[in-house]
Amino acid sequence: MKNFKNLLLIALILFLLLLPTFAGKYLLYMTINILILSVFALGFNLLLGYTGLLSFGQAGFFAMGAYASGKILLVIPSLLLGAIAGMAAGGVSALILGYLCVRHTRIYFSMLTLSFGMMIYSLAWKWRDVTGGDDGLVGIPRAPFEIPGILTINMNPMENYYYFVLVISLIAIFILYRIVNSPFGLTLKGIRDSENRVAFAGISIRNYRLLSFTFAGLYAGLAGSLLPPLENTVTPPLAHWTHSAEPVMVTLLGGIHTFSGPIVGSILFYLIKDIIVRYTQYWLIWFGSIVVFLVLIFRGGVVIFFTERVWPLLKRT
Amino acid sequence: MADLLRTEKLRKYFGVVSAADDIDLQIEEGVLTSIIGPNGAGKTTLINLLTGNILADSGKVFFCDENITYLPIHKRVKKGICRSFQIMNIFPKLTVLENLQIPILSFMNRSLRFIKPVYRHTDVNDRVEKLLKEVGLMDKRDLPAGTLSHGDQRLLEIGLAMAPDPRLLFLDEPTAGMNPVERVKILQNIRRLSRERQSTFVIVEHDMDIVFSLSDRIIVLHRGQILADGKPEEIQQNEDVRRVYLGEELFWDKL
Repeated sequence: MKNFKNLLLIALILFLLLLPTFAGKYLLYMTINILILSVFALGFNLLLGYTGLLSFGQAGFFAMGAYASGKILLVIPSLLLGAIAGMAAGGVSALILGYLCVRHTRIYFSMLTLSFGMMIYSLAWKWRDVTGGDDGLVGIPRAPFEIPGILTINMNPMENYYYFVLVISLIAIFILYRIVNSPFGLTLKGIRDSENRVAFAGISIRNYRLLSFTFAGLYAGLAGSLLPPLENTVTPPLAHWTHSAEPVMVTLLGGIHTFSGPIVGSILFYLIKDIIVRYTQYWLIWFGSIVVFLVLIFRGGVVIFFTERVWPLLKRT
Repeated sequence: MADLLRTEKLRKYFGVVSAADDIDLQIEEGVLTSIIGPNGAGKTTLINLLTGNILADSGKVFFCDENITYLPIHKRVKKGICRSFQIMNIFPKLTVLENLQIPILSFMNRSLRFIKPVYRHTDVNDRVEKLLKEVGLMDKRDLPAGTLSHGDQRLLEIGLAMAPDPRLLFLDEPTAGMNPVERVKILQNIRRLSRERQSTFVIVEHDMDIVFSLSDRIIVLHRGQILADGKPEEIQQNEDVRRVYLGEELFWDKL
């Protein structure tokens, strides 16, 4: 199993690295979107799957990252700086709002995150001087990747930007993988299972929840910061709660108790969406039905279904 | 001997019901103490007050002469107070090994390491292994804790409570819901651990056989007050205690 897993991982990374050699612009665009959603949903799942907190406001932090990155890129054309600013914006806002949210759990926590997320949404609408209101930020350049004095890479070709997003995402995913397997990650799982018992291990639950929330915000901000250079615009709907539902959906689809669940969910999300959109403009109805169907069939997520049902069957034969 | 823990006029009311009514109590180091009393006497409330699960209305709690009345749970644990629960409180989805890693990591101040995987913290895992041997769950280390038998889960629960090496350890009905075989196993473990460890055990129990065979000292609670306090033989002779346990006379005659 372990060897097979490693093999699969290497094959996948190779495939992603070689993708631009044979894929068209549209496929690259799709893959970038999948990577962004993966990073977004993985951060979200640190909260849901590992800490046991369901947040409905992650789009707020995603938008914070997108707006911060857009603002920076409009002034200083440096891709890396945009990403760092986006991540910082997501993380800092999550730290501040999280301080108020993690005092509660379950539905109360979810409602708080929902309302704070929508506060960011209204802010994006109304604070016209900074956010551009309903016009959003427009004309954001896909700035070159620059390390002053060492190298400059032009990001205008889609392949180049694809590689940038790929490398950033892989690093982010790898770091998160280490985090969930670290003592901190194990402690979060403990909080999910029984918070009282963790308190009696001498741990301040609230602080750990806040840290987890901040990490999720950092990842949402990072994911958000990768979007403006791709789309050249940032608009308020990014902060809307329907956008917060995306990581919830893909995580449930892929499985909340597996690390790779959100990634698999993101791939499925764009795959299904892409196919349906060709046939109908009311794609959300169909998409919703399919997601409900899949969640009901694959109890615990698609990944669990394959590792715990299909794989043992294959092994026996 | 010096008092490990001391309370002064500790009081907790739930509405008009007194769960703890001006309790003055000392717990001495190294004396295995039991707290008994009829249902609703305030035994669990007392433990909750001492460990920080609920906060007192008034009165004070001192641990090693330090006022801890309003300290949150996790800070009390760091000072050396820990407990097990009457209702099962383990991490059911994690393996037995992972269950014990959580408190030991915290005890060794490793919980805030973000990058190095848990299995590479070898000194932590050595301790976990030692604890696994102590509670006798070595061969079940890789099973999800939720799949263990009831008795093994209770053992794990005691292991979790012992992990931070507490100076004072409260066990809330450690044998609740067990069959006689498991009960004997738990008892032997508690007796052995209280001898081997530097911890002082305080046990809340319903089962009188256990209480009288195990304890050095017994405290009887009734309606939030201390009714009697002394060696097992003294408690057996105490008329007040017999009156409180009216209806269980047959049992008392048996002793």
